[in-house]
Amino acid sequence: MMDTLGLFFRSIFIDNMVFAYFLGMCSFLAVSKNVKTSFGLGVAVTFVLIVTVPVNYLLDKYVLSAGALSWINPVFADVSLDFLSFILFIAIIAAIVQILEMVIEKFSPKLYNALGIFLPLIAVNCAILGASLFMQEKHFDTVGQSLAYGFGSGIGWLLAIVGMAAIREKIRYSKIPKRLQGTGIAFIITGLMGIAFMAFLGISF
Amino acid sequence: MKNLNLITAPLRKANPITVLILGICSALAVTAKLKPAIVMALSVTVVTALSNLVISLLRKGIPSKIRIIVQLIVVATLVILVDQFLKAFVYDVSKQLSVFVGLIITNCIVMGRLEAFAMAHKPWESLLDGIGNGLGYGAILVIVAFFRELFGSGTLLGYQVIPQGLYDFGYVNNGLMVLPPMALIIIGIIIWLQKPEEEK
Repeated sequence: MMDTLGLFFRSIFIDNMVFAYFLGMCSFLAVSKNVKTSFGLGVAVTFVLIVTVPVNYLLDKYVLSAGALSWINPVFADVSLDFLSFILFIAIIAAIVQILEMVIEKFSPKLYNALGIFLPLIAVNCAILGASLFMQEKHFDTVGQSLAYGFGSGIGWLLAIVGMAAIREKIRYSKIPKRLQGTGIAFIITGLMGIAFMAFLGISF
Repeated sequence: MKNLNLITAPLRKANPITVLILGICSALAVTAKLKPAIVMALSVTVVTALSNLVISLLRKGIPSKIRIIVQLIVVATLVILVDQFLKAFVYDVSKQLSVFVGLIITNCIVMGRLEAFAMAHKPWESLLDGIGNGLGYGAILVIVAFFRELFGSGTLLGYQVIPQGLYDFGYVNNGLMVLPPMALIIIGIIIWLQKPEEEK
């Protein structure tokens, strides 16, 4: 239990998707212009991560990794399908995003209006595929751990994009050298925030 | 002449990273050393060029409603080939790149070029466009990696470049350069330097 909780906090602060691995940077830089939309995108990313990481974990554990198919028949103990993992992970993610979009539209039109435009974008967000690939590398023991990892990564991403948006809203009134305005300063701020987040490195959970 | 422009434009005035802000996701973590950066740059160039070519050949047959998933499948197949190739021939680099090879699939440059260029152009032009964009991306990667390895570890491609004498004199490697956030700051500076050229 403590392990799982530790994993959750670790993935928010120390292994932060944006500041430690630069994942989801494209939408991070493009959308972080105001707090409200970035919060919407952050929630959508968290939502998709909570679903896709555990599903891909089960897929990896029972279908893809070496010897995983032996639950069907011991004959398959030598079979390893892990070369297929990229294509299956991305297919699962695209499918889940599509299904989520339809389910949300049906049951909660309000949430759909808030998240709607972001959901299709998320299928090609590197943070989503990245979380599944890291999950595969970390070899978790239980579904619970992979869920904690997905949830934590999502919250970490949300935290990063909302923080960034808040800074960018303020910075509009500052005097920035003309050539640095826009993307240039956005990169540098992200770098500085990354350095600030490194302060969490010393903490062990 | 027009075709040559397809290759050279992405290198400077339409650079995918510094001007269009695409494809930053999967790459910056690999620029702490020059060697993985070069391997990554080549892999992305191969994937962009070939996926552009394949999608351009298929462009008349792809129904526009399912084009995203078709594109994803083509890209994912190419990335699997690249990944297996790297594992077979340069295993140590492939270990260093770890998940970032897989993340080429969701690299915005690849999808961006497929959507914006390959769906509407002939195969040969698309191939050149893919090579150009891959190289434009790779150029930035190599520049960033060059500075980070030189100042962070005092080496280039693993060879000691900064003479021992300097260290005896009190020179110290800048540990900050090895940390991931410095890559972002270096790119910020490159954008800063590149801006006036863009305005011309």
